[in-house]
Amino acid sequence: MKKIFEKIYLAIILIFMYAPILTLIVLSFNSSKSRARWGGFTLKWYVNLLEDEAVSSALFNTLAIAVLATVFSTIIGTFTCIAMIGLSKKLRSIIMAITNIPMINADIVTGISLMLLFRFLHIGSGFLTILLAHITFNIPFVMLSVMPRVKNMNFYVYEAALDLGASPLYAFFKTILPELMPGIISGALMAFTMSLDDFIITYFTKGSGFETLSTLIYNEVKRGIQPEIYALSAIIFVVVLALLLLVYRAPSVKSKEK
Amino acid sequence: MKLFKSRKTSALMSSPYIAWATIFIIIPLCMVIYYGITDSNGQLTFDNITTIAKPGYLKALIRSVELALISTLVCFILAYPLGMILAGMKLKNNSYIVTLFILPMWMNFLLRTLTWMTLLEGKGVINTILDFFHLPTMKIINTPGAIVLGMVYNFLPFMILPIYNSLNSIDENVINAAKDLGADNLQTFLRITLPLSLPGILSGITMVFIPALTTFAISTMLGGSKILLIGNIIEQEFTQLYDWNLGSGLSIVLMLFILLNMIIESVSSKKGDR
Repeated sequence: MKKIFEKIYLAIILIFMYAPILTLIVLSFNSSKSRARWGGFTLKWYVNLLEDEAVSSALFNTLAIAVLATVFSTIIGTFTCIAMIGLSKKLRSIIMAITNIPMINADIVTGISLMLLFRFLHIGSGFLTILLAHITFNIPFVMLSVMPRVKNMNFYVYEAALDLGASPLYAFFKTILPELMPGIISGALMAFTMSLDDFIITYFTKGSGFETLSTLIYNEVKRGIQPEIYALSAIIFVVVLALLLLVYRAPSVKSKEK
Repeated sequence: MKLFKSRKTSALMSSPYIAWATIFIIIPLCMVIYYGITDSNGQLTFDNITTIAKPGYLKALIRSVELALISTLVCFILAYPLGMILAGMKLKNNSYIVTLFILPMWMNFLLRTLTWMTLLEGKGVINTILDFFHLPTMKIINTPGAIVLGMVYNFLPFMILPIYNSLNSIDENVINAAKDLGADNLQTFLRITLPLSLPGILSGITMVFIPALTTFAISTMLGGSKILLIGNIIEQEFTQLYDWNLGSGLSIVLMLFILLNMIIESVSSKKGDR
C-alpha cells in the first residue's frame, strides 16, 4: 500500500514537471500561430529555426561556454576541496564563506558586480567575460557537492594504502578519488546545468552584440512568443534526453559485463 | 586524518583559488558597495540605500519577500517526501530515476518560464481546455499566483537534489541502530533522519529562496508589467535608467537579506552538528 502511494506521488511530480514541456513540444508542430487552436501538423517552425543563423551561433556560444566553464570549475573546485583538508579550521571556514558568496548571493548582484569589474579592467565584453563569470559562479556548486564527501571521507583507507606500499598519487586515485567521484559528478552536472541555464549573470556580462540562447530567447519573448521558440524548446529537450540516455546506458552495460 | 604532510603544502595548493576568489568575488562586491554609497560625482552618500524606504520600492521589496517565502515552502513540502521516497528505493543505478527529476533543470530557464506563459494565458492552453469542458476559465497570468507557480516550477529541482543527496548519504546502520535501540519510526525520523538531512535542507532553501527573492525574468514574463519585484527595479536601474549608484544601493539592501539568510543557515547548521 505504501509503495503505491509512493509511486503515485512520484508520478504526480513527474507530470507537474513534464506536462508543460510536452505541451510546448505539441505546439511546436502546430501550424496555427494561435496557442488555443490546433491548425494541423507542420514542420515549418523547425525549418525556419534551422535557417536562422542567430540561433545557431547563440547555441554554439552557449554550449562552448557551458563545457569550458564546467571543466575549469570542476577541476579547480575539486582540487581546492582536497587541498583545504590540511588547512586550519578557521582558514577553511573563511574560504568556504567566500566561496559561498556567488552561490547564495543573488545572481543579479553577482552579474552587476562582475559587469562593474570588467568595465573597470577594460576587458571587452563577450565570450571571455561570460566564461570567467560562469567559472566563478560554478566553482561553489562543485565545492558544495564535493566538500561533504571530503569531510565524511575515511582517510584511514588512504593511510592504509600508503602503509601497504602504495605511492601517494596511486593511493589518491585508488582510495580518495573513487570515494569523491559521486560528489564530483553531481557537482559537474550541477555546474553544467547552471551554466546552460544561466540567464541573469550572462545578461549583465555579455555586452552588446554577443548572444547566448538565454539572452536570445529573452529578446524574442519581449517581442512576443513566436512558434519557432517552441521548436527550439522541443529540440533542446530531445537532445538533453538523448544525451542522458547515452550517459546512463553506458555504465549499466559495463556493469552487466562484469 | 592528514592528507598532506604540512599546512604549508595545503596553503600553497589552495592559493590559486584564493587569488581567483579575490579577483572575481571580493573585488567586484567592493565595487558594488563603493557605487552604492557614493553619488554620481563620487561623493559619499547613503541616499541610494535609504531609497528602499520610499513607498514604491518598499512595496516591491515586501512583495518579493512574501512570494519567495511561499515558493520556498511549497518547494520544500514537495521535495522532502520525494527525496525520502527516492532515497528509500535504494536504486542500484540510482542516478537514472533521480536524473529524471532534475532533468527539467537542463531545459533553459527562460523556456521553462515561457511554458507557463503559454499555459496560463487568457487564451492559453489551460483555459482552452477548461472552456472545452464548459468550465469557468481562470485568470492566472499576471497575478502573484502565476509568479509563485513559475518560481516553484523553475526552482523545485534545486530543492530536490541537495535533499536527496543528503538523505541518500545517511548510513543505513545508524537508522537500524536507532530502531534496535527501541526508537519507533517517528522518533527515528525526527532524531536521526531529519537532523542528518539538515545540511541538504538548508542548501535547498538557500538555492530556492535567493533566486526567487531576486528574480526579474519570472516576474516580467508571468507577472506582466504590473507586478514589480525588487529584481525588476534593480534591473531597470542598470539597463534602462543607467543609474548605477542607485542600482548598487538597492543591491546592498538585497545583500543584507542574503546576509541574514547566511546567518540563519550557519546558526541552524551548528545546531545540527550537535
